[in-house]
Amino acid sequence: MISCKHATELISQGLDRRLSLAERLRLRLHLFICIGCRNTLRQFRFLRKALLQHPWRR
Amino acid sequence: MYAFLYNQPVIHYCLPVSMTAAADFHTIIATLRPRLLGFARLQLRSAAAAEDVVQEALLAAMEGAERFKGEAAFSTWVFAILKNKIIDEMRCARRTKDDIDAEDALDDALSALFDQRDHWVDMPPAWGDPEASLEQKRFWEVMDTCLTQLPKSPARVFTMREFLGLETEEICKELAISSSNCWVLLHRARLALRECLNVRWFGETAS
Repeated sequence: MISCKHATELISQGLDRRLSLAERLRLRLHLFICIGCRNTLRQFRFLRKALLQHPWRR
Repeated sequence: MYAFLYNQPVIHYCLPVSMTAAADFHTIIATLRPRLLGFARLQLRSAAAAEDVVQEALLAAMEGAERFKGEAAFSTWVFAILKNKIIDEMRCARRTKDDIDAEDALDDALSALFDQRDHWVDMPPAWGDPEASLEQKRFWEVMDTCLTQLPKSPARVFTMREFLGLETEEICKELAISSSNCWVLLHRARLALRECLNVRWFGETAS
């Protein structure tokens, strides 16, 4: 089982490159049991979405 | 560099002949300039450097201003020029001792989020409906504060990725860093921003 720290690294990299099948499986297994990392995943995605709507873009 | 132009309306120096009314053009620049400055300042962290790139972008933009009929097309074009000026500026930026200290402090703060086995010390809580915050002016003030608190190296890579929309390969090329270094910096930036928003915004509003 990967650590939370490593899971957050994979979550972050998943926003910048395509993760390998092994990485995706390890991450999915971790997310299945870890609510803190599930929240982190949602929040990292939210950061990207939010910055696309930053007021200077409007 | 263009210090002599500061505090003076750009229009005095370069009137675009074929934009129908110079007064309209003046208005467009006057409304555009604060947005350009805000955008540049957030990314360059230096009011002087931001003034420089905005001035350069406006001067470059005005050389071809006659090609643009509408305000929207012109502003898109100016932003595109500004983006490239910002990337040039970021490429040249050198880290100071203070920048390196700030990066070390961030590393320590982020390490403290995890225990010896690299699991969360405190589980990140849910944020409820974060999208609702996007409509609040105060949220963006907090966001800008959090972005400004990022040390230079992670901030630069994060900005190029999320504001300027570059792919990581392009960022690596521009800054001459490895892709793994790039991913490490993006990871730190995201963790730090998540933490900052959690403490300064979602912690207060979460029920």
